Formats: sequence, C-alpha cells, structure tokens
Amino acid sequence: MDELRRAIRNYVAHEYLETGDDRTIDEHTPLITGGIVDSFSMVSLKRFLELEYDIDIPDAQATPAVFDTVAGIADLVERLRQANPAPR
Amino acid sequence: MVGSTGYEERIAGLDWSVGRAELGITPAGPVNIGWHCSDRLCTLGRGAATALIWEDWEGRERRYTYDDLRVLSNGMAKFLEGAGVVPGDRVCLFMDRVPALYLAFLGILKMGAIAQPLFSAFGEESLFTRLEDAGTSAIITQRKHVAKVRRIRDRLPALAQVIVTDLPPGALQSGETPLDLDTLPRVESFPVFPSTAQTPSVLHYTSGTTGQPKGALHVHGSIVSQYLTAKWALGLVPGDVYWCNADPGWVTGTSYGIIGPWSCGVTQLVLDSGFNAERWYGFLERHKATVWYSAPTAIRLLMREGRELAKRHDLSSLRHLASVGEPLNAEAVFWSQETFGKPFHDTYWQTETGCIVIANMPGMRVKPGSMGKPFPGITAAILDPKTFLPIATEGTAGLIALAPGWPSMIAGYWNNPKAFAAKFHGGWYICGDRAALDADGYFWFVGRDDDVINTGGHLVGPFEIESALLENPAVAESAAVSKPDPINMEVVKVFVVLKPGFCGGAGLEIEIMNGLRKRLSPLAMPQAIEFVDALPKTRSGKIVRRILRAKEWGEPPGDLSTLMED
Repeated sequence: MDELRRAIRNYVAHEYLETGDDRTIDEHTPLITGGIVDSFSMVSLKRFLELEYDIDIPDAQATPAVFDTVAGIADLVERLRQANPAPR
Repeated sequence: MVGSTGYEERIAGLDWSVGRAELGITPAGPVNIGWHCSDRLCTLGRGAATALIWEDWEGRERRYTYDDLRVLSNGMAKFLEGAGVVPGDRVCLFMDRVPALYLAFLGILKMGAIAQPLFSAFGEESLFTRLEDAGTSAIITQRKHVAKVRRIRDRLPALAQVIVTDLPPGALQSGETPLDLDTLPRVESFPVFPSTAQTPSVLHYTSGTTGQPKGALHVHGSIVSQYLTAKWALGLVPGDVYWCNADPGWVTGTSYGIIGPWSCGVTQLVLDSGFNAERWYGFLERHKATVWYSAPTAIRLLMREGRELAKRHDLSSLRHLASVGEPLNAEAVFWSQETFGKPFHDTYWQTETGCIVIANMPGMRVKPGSMGKPFPGITAAILDPKTFLPIATEGTAGLIALAPGWPSMIAGYWNNPKAFAAKFHGGWYICGDRAALDADGYFWFVGRDDDVINTGGHLVGPFEIESALLENPAVAESAAVSKPDPINMEVVKVFVVLKPGFCGGAGLEIEIMNGLRKRLSPLAMPQAIEFVDALPKTRSGKIVRRILRAKEWGEPPGDLSTLMED
C-alpha cells in the first residue's frame, strides 16, 4: 500500500472505528457499504482530504461510490492533485 | 396524473374497529405486540412461512420463519427475565440491523418490559442523554458499540445490565453478560405478559427545538394503527415480500420495520449495509420484493446514480412503492414512475403519531409533491396559528393538526407531562409542521413550525448540538440551523462565535465536525460551519435562529423589531 493510501486508511481507522472495533481496513474494504463511514460523515472526511492534500473536491465527485474504498478516495485525491489545487 | 381513483370510495366510513376485529383485539382485552407479531401468525397456520430474510453487506444471509420468531423471541424473553429484567423496565437496543435486534424487540415486549431502540451510530453523549432520561436498566449491544456504553456507564446508576451479543465471555468486563443468538434456546412456551392496549411498549426519543430529546412513549394498543396502515397505506397482504429501509432506532423502523409488517404476516427483508445503489437493486431483484418503503434522501441518491443502473435489474416484482421522513418532491415521483413504472407514494407521520396519518394510498390518485389525504380513522385539519381554528380557505398555510385518540398516539413524553400538554391546543394535537389544503382535500407540506432540523428524514434538535459545541474550548456560543441540500433536503449548519484568542479555519472546522459526530451522531454533525463575530439576538439575549435560517434558504427574515441592535 503506498503512502497516500496508508495515510487515508489510518485516518479512517482512527476517526471512524470505535475503540474495540477490531475490523481491519485495507484499500478495498467497503467503507460506506460496510457501515464504517456513513453518507453524513463523508463531509468531515472530504474536508480532511481537502486540508491535508491542498485540493478542492467538487461535491459532484464526493459520492458514496467514490468514497466507498480507500483506493477510490486515493484515486480521487491523486487526480485532483494533478489538476490545480485550491489556493490557500 | 399518476394512479387511479376508486380507492377513496372503497375506504369511506371505515375506522380502527376493523383493525381490532381482524387482530382479534377488544378495547379492554389483552394485546401484546410481541405475541401478535409472532405467535398469532402461527395460530393462523403461517408458522412455516418466512418472516425474515436478513442479509449483510458481505452477502451473508439468515432466514427465520414465524415459528422461529415465536420460539426465539420466547428465548429472548426468558433470557432477559433471567438477567433480572422485570415488566416496565426500559431495555435499550443499541445494535446494527442484526437478527438479534428484531428477536430481542419481540422478546422485550413479550415479557412486559419497554423496548427502547436507539440508532447505533449515536455517540456516547447522545446515548447517555437518552439512557439517563429513561432510567434504562438494561442495554443490549454489540462488540463494535460497547466501548461507548462502557465510557458512560459510571454516570448511569440505573443501568444494571450490559448485554453484549458478539463478545466471548473472556472479553467481557465486570457487569457485562454475553448473549449468543446461535446458542439461544428455542423456548416452546413462554407466559406472555398480560398487557392491554394502554400498557407501555416502545420508547422512542425525538428531538425538539428546546431542551434535550424527549422520550415518546408508545403502548401495545398502537398495533391496531400500525397493522391497518401497513395493510391499507402500504398495501401489504400475506405473501408479500417487503423491504423497509429504515433503521429500527427510529420509529419507522419499528412501526413499519417490525410491528406493521409482521402483524400482517408478510416476509420482511432486512439489509444490514450502508447505501450502495447496485447492492440495493440487486437485493430487491434477488428476493423479488413486492413492496418497498423508502425515504426521499435515499430516492434522491438513487436518482443521482441514474436510471440506467435500475434498468439493469429486473424489478418487475415491485407492486407498490412508498416514502417517509420528509416531503417527497414531485421530481422524485415522476422519476420513479419513469424508472420503476410506478410512483413512490408519499406518507406523512411522526414519532408521536406512531403510524401513517396522511398518505397517498394505493389506488388513490397521486398528486406529485402532495402528502396525500388523511388515513381512515384520522381527522386532520389545518389550523390558524393564532386562533387554532380550522382554516377553511384552500391554499392558506397553517398548522397540521389531528383530532386525538387514534390507537398509536403516544401516551406521553417520558417524565415530561408539561411538554406533552404543550402539544395540544383547543382539543387538537399539533404536529409542529405547516401545510395547506387544496380543493380536493390533499395536504401540501410547507415547512416546520419550529427550529428543528429535518435532515435525511431524521429530526435533529439545535439545542443538543449547541450544548455539545460549548464543550469545545474554542467556542463561545453557536446557533444550529438548517441549510438546503439537494440530497438530504436539509442539513445542519452551525454559526460559531469563537472565544478571544481562537481563529476559525479548516482545522477547527474538522475538529468541530468530528467532535459532534462522535459525541452526538453523524446526523447532528454540521455539514457547514461559518465563524461569525456575533449571533442575532433579541433584546433579552435569546438567539434568533430563524434569521440565520432565512438567510440560508433565501427567505425574508421576518419580524426584526425585537432584535438587539448591533
């Protein structure tokens, strides 16, 4: 798993798994479908990604389908980082 | 217009006595929801019929017949008795949509305790508030949620039993008891508690503008309403395969995710999974669902995924579609007609009503965007907010009001008679929503009459959010209001005044969001935060949320004469 995926995976595990929840998250674990991140909680994850990676994620691209896996999220971040990041 | 006429002529003059007669209930006689949703179906010869098909996000499936419900709910009741639970005790169900939840719900009711289902995504503060208020004596939960219970247990002296369904005994802490559905005895005979129509059954917490959420107390007699509305408003008949999206932590998930459908003897589907359009359509197709009760937020998410995805599945088994939680916009009705060949029928009700009260019913002419018409046995009106008299003029908005006394009207708010009394004016029960009537007697939703936020079909109270925000050391004060959202209709937005020395920014936004999500719930987490220098207040210092809300919705702010000047 590359550094970006690892960082996203670690953030999701830290922020969205309860103490004692021993599920493991890899880059293909269904996060939304699997009930780890719900659609309401996606906004806080989106804001974290925008701040951490200096990007602007359009709402139309922040969908449950994209955010369902670490791999999907990482692909989105990589695509947006290659485009113009949001000015800070 | 979609739909057809004729239904109204068929149901004219009918009332709740039809439901009582069909359920074999007399006004003063015994009635127990747990028995009526399991044993009674067995006495009718449906013991071998499939009652529950459960599936999780990994595709694991479990099936239960009505006889399984009978003996396993008996087992649950006996287990709880053995754990020291007595009739009248509040037993919280704090679980995902797993089979143990449904069986425990029936078992709690069979032994005469009060079921208190709570949304499993609630954070510890939301959980604590509701358990403390109810004086809950037992909670049934899972490994993934028990940490929240452990963190608040010391503050809950009434909580005597913490029952965990999927932890081995060696992993339990002191005062915790294991419950394993796989080894739970199948109990052939259990002396069901002799409850009557007025015996308390289910306690659901619901948010208001002021104060903490209130416990809406339901009674066993509510089954008459839930049975008849499931039959006529949702069109359920024996043999139906029915899916209700709602979580049992909310009233839809009990009234129409347990009581209504099982009292009608249908096969109920439960999918323990987050939203995934492909998964949902596959689930409906695989089990040949005939009736689907969903919510506008979910429907809008499906709309966003596109019609082509739906068309790749054979959903021809679906006979009736209905929707609940928030107004169903006309666009969604037309989309479902084009996509599924039939419209979603909007239904209106709330925690306090316990059952559907206004609806677009099967066979009735659907007016896209309308709430529909009152269910038989319900007298509904639009009242002038100043006089509380019915408004005769069509198109004039007022307060939605119901004549009290339908079987599932709540018996009261737990420990809060004053709040319960405040729901009634001039002999009417006031719903807290505003609507207008058209010339055909259809109701059209206008909005809430208070500051409560309806996000994704769930009510969130601003007070709970603002109180939790004060625990962030950076926050001086805040106001939580609704903001329009294309999928959820409304989402929470908070306006925050910071203490001197603190600066707003993305980092603090994320801290506030995650903090509220974990302490309260994902629903209460603001989807937007704005840091401001001051909040609009009256001269007496009360925050005027409606001005902030009006700005978000592009509406006029209303009366500003009582505002404190800057």
